[in-house]
Amino acid sequence: MPGFGLSFGFTMLYLSFIVLIPLSTIFLKTSEFGWTQFQQTILNPRVLAAFQLSFGTAFTAALINVCFGLLVAWVLVRYHFPFKRLVDGLIDLPFALPTAVAGISLTAVYAENGWIGSILQQFGVKAAYTPLGITIALTFIGLPFVVRTVQPVLEELENEVEEAAVSLGAYRLKTFAGVIFPQLLPALLTGFALAFARGIGEYGSVVFISGNMPMKTEIVPLMIMTKLEQFDYAGATAIALVMLVVSFVLLLAINYVQWRTNRRMVSG
Amino acid sequence: MHIVVDNLTKRFGSLTVCRDVSFTIDKGRLVGLLGPSGGGKTTILRMIAGLEFPDSGDIVFDGKRVNDLPPQERGIGFVFQNYALFKHMTVFDNIAFGLTVRKKQKKQIRERVAELLELTGLNGLERRYPHQLSGGQRQRVAFARALAPEPQLLLLDEPFAAIDAKVRRELRLWLKEMIRRVGITTIFVTHDQEEAAEVADEIILIHQGKLEQKGEPIQIYQNPQTPFVATFIGESFLLEQPWQLKGFEEGLKGAKAIVRPEFVEVGKPHETLHPHAAEKGVVRSVYFRGNKWQVEVEIGSQTVSAYRSLEKEPVQPGEEVHVLVHRLYLFNGEQTQMLENGMKFDPLPVHI
Amino acid sequence: MAGSVPTYARPADAAAERPRHINEPVYVQRLLIGLALLFLGLVLVVPLLSVFVQALKKGADVYFQAITDPDALSAVRLTLLTAAISVPLNTIFGVAAAWAITKFSFRGKQVLISFIDLPFAVSPVISGLIFVLLFGSKGWFGPFLAEHDIKIIFALPGIVLATVFVTFPFVARELIPLMQSQGTQEEEAAATLGAGGWRMFWKVTLPNIKWGLLYGIILCNARAMGEFGAVSVVSGHIRGSTNTLPLHVEILYNEYQFSASFAVASLLVLLAFVTLIAKGWVEWKHRKTPDEPLKE
Repeated sequence: MPGFGLSFGFTMLYLSFIVLIPLSTIFLKTSEFGWTQFQQTILNPRVLAAFQLSFGTAFTAALINVCFGLLVAWVLVRYHFPFKRLVDGLIDLPFALPTAVAGISLTAVYAENGWIGSILQQFGVKAAYTPLGITIALTFIGLPFVVRTVQPVLEELENEVEEAAVSLGAYRLKTFAGVIFPQLLPALLTGFALAFARGIGEYGSVVFISGNMPMKTEIVPLMIMTKLEQFDYAGATAIALVMLVVSFVLLLAINYVQWRTNRRMVSG
Repeated sequence: MHIVVDNLTKRFGSLTVCRDVSFTIDKGRLVGLLGPSGGGKTTILRMIAGLEFPDSGDIVFDGKRVNDLPPQERGIGFVFQNYALFKHMTVFDNIAFGLTVRKKQKKQIRERVAELLELTGLNGLERRYPHQLSGGQRQRVAFARALAPEPQLLLLDEPFAAIDAKVRRELRLWLKEMIRRVGITTIFVTHDQEEAAEVADEIILIHQGKLEQKGEPIQIYQNPQTPFVATFIGESFLLEQPWQLKGFEEGLKGAKAIVRPEFVEVGKPHETLHPHAAEKGVVRSVYFRGNKWQVEVEIGSQTVSAYRSLEKEPVQPGEEVHVLVHRLYLFNGEQTQMLENGMKFDPLPVHI
Repeated sequence: MAGSVPTYARPADAAAERPRHINEPVYVQRLLIGLALLFLGLVLVVPLLSVFVQALKKGADVYFQAITDPDALSAVRLTLLTAAISVPLNTIFGVAAAWAITKFSFRGKQVLISFIDLPFAVSPVISGLIFVLLFGSKGWFGPFLAEHDIKIIFALPGIVLATVFVTFPFVARELIPLMQSQGTQEEEAAATLGAGGWRMFWKVTLPNIKWGLLYGIILCNARAMGEFGAVSVVSGHIRGSTNTLPLHVEILYNEYQFSASFAVASLLVLLAFVTLIAKGWVEWKHRKTPDEPLKE
């Protein structure tokens, strides 16, 4: 096959200049600034609160997405209802919509005088400018990750396996719990990890609804922004490093799950 | 389990897949549903299992009508064509599934699974996952799994279709032996007539949704009752004008004939047993068939096919030979008739 | 592949009527459908609708004023320009990378694929930060750039770089599995018939991957035009010159010009719709050109 030199060479060059070298600056700069600087930044109460908030809301949102994402995927793959194709196309909306737009519209809807916000207010629940609002925004963002990861797996499930369970005496609930769900688990884990990874780093859709109150509703990406605006490069880099490490660990975890699954998914 | 299937009919959209099929299966019998692909046999099997619903007709197990009974409660074991093993479970858990569903005690389950592992020769493999097993092993797991809850009826859907040809024969004989040992009423579906003949006590031939014939393998082979059966079982060829052959002038009027090559003898002029019964023909082509020759001979305007032993002197295309047709099956759309060559029985046993 | 969300969703209507014994009773089905639609309504549909409602709240006049405002128009221009540069660049990269990875075997292939996926795992803000660290006034190249009066951060080049980084994997991720499943047989056949490298690519490879390629480009473009976080860091927010459409939405919003903000946002929503429709169309077209031979 011709063209290896050209394609591989260009690929490596482009990859290095656009991705690898820029990313390495985080690591290099942090070591430049030193360990004490790093510690100081990370252990600052405001920063720690931001970490707790970002990770906590991302986790909750990913969990919600796993439950409802499974439901949505199930309903799309197995049932019929009017406008199903339309709904299926809509799932990709969070992928296609600019995050800033998502941010302002979610804020408008869940603010106290918003369509849903006003209903919630009657129950004494505040959504905008609280961690709840952040969670809702992250649920919006992470939805396609779970649905689109589970859908193909559901579609590939052979009817015969369920029929085998039926012939052995299992009714619907037992079939789902014992046969179907375990096969969906790897996809659910992957979807969760993807939604979680996306959630901790999300900026545009969250920064409007969060209100950005220090110690209460300040997310980590915003902290990085703030530090940059104050020219505290050291601080920004330190936080970025932690985020990158977490993201990479998640990436590895996802890879591992997919590798394990692929080994087992031989037909039989 | 004694099974009665009565006037079973099934339609998929505008296609009638199963037409008024009726048969009975006695307890403990091993029955093969045989027929070409798409003929409806798998549908019948699935209706008996409860995985499809007949449009009309009854299915009766031991005198009780089971049409409205879900598969879970019919007391069946089903082995699927592609085994449908639970990929995320070990061999042990797969086999145990039917028992855990019925909430048996752990000890009971362990004992029963051990029994089945022993029976199917899977000892030592219980901790493995399906993807770590060979095709033959997976099939045995599927078999063990179906048997674990002690069903009254075992149903197998083309159980050997996905297996290598070499392993297939061994597995066939193994399966027959297993089923004998367990003594369970069994129905299996196949499109391979050799398999059906080898394994089954009785064969039910299904073609285009209709039951063509039911009987023991040798009966079906020797006495086909419909043109389809005659052509499907064994090798055969068609003769448009059988009455033109010596010894077959008295057959059904206007009937065509199906002839099996093994009932046609072809010989060099000095070899033939019944010189006045044989036709003269010219060899058109000769094929090597591994353990015999297949010779195509032209007799007048018709062509017949015959087998010739490798031990005999080979014949060449263009050679003049004698052809003796021993038997053929006539059919004219309404009636079928099996006819022996009338000239074979020498009216004058003594030549003066 | 690491972190791969299958963006190529299979048709949702492929399910035939599901047999009764392996399906839930009808009332359960209805319940689940209702629950799913309620969830989607709350999370997806309502926010979507609110954009248009808010945009038109002060009337059509204000709406058109907002989107024809010179600052808005220059934001549109900048957004289009950024996409016009980033998308082709990443497309070329995607094709080159996919070619190198799928038509040859070499050590470290999996590592390379993981590297390509990296930008997906990085927060947008960090995506912008890294370029500030490189080209900002206090960055590695800062002094050098200042000396030669080259502006990268707070100018178009910076915005383009950040956008290229963020949309880096889209085309490659679409093409790699596609080309992997297509193998090298057709190209090898072309080679035996005398075709050289470029001809092989244009005449054999490209037609086979055209739908996957188009799909990747559509997604790449949507993200390029809509990117907010990364661009926000590198842009400097200078109205009229370094504001993309998403940034313009933010500025208007922060100035409490809500209707104007939503008006501009509605343009981006329309873009999202066009993306979804284009995506659906490509999926449909791809399904219509089967790879298997027709049954005789």
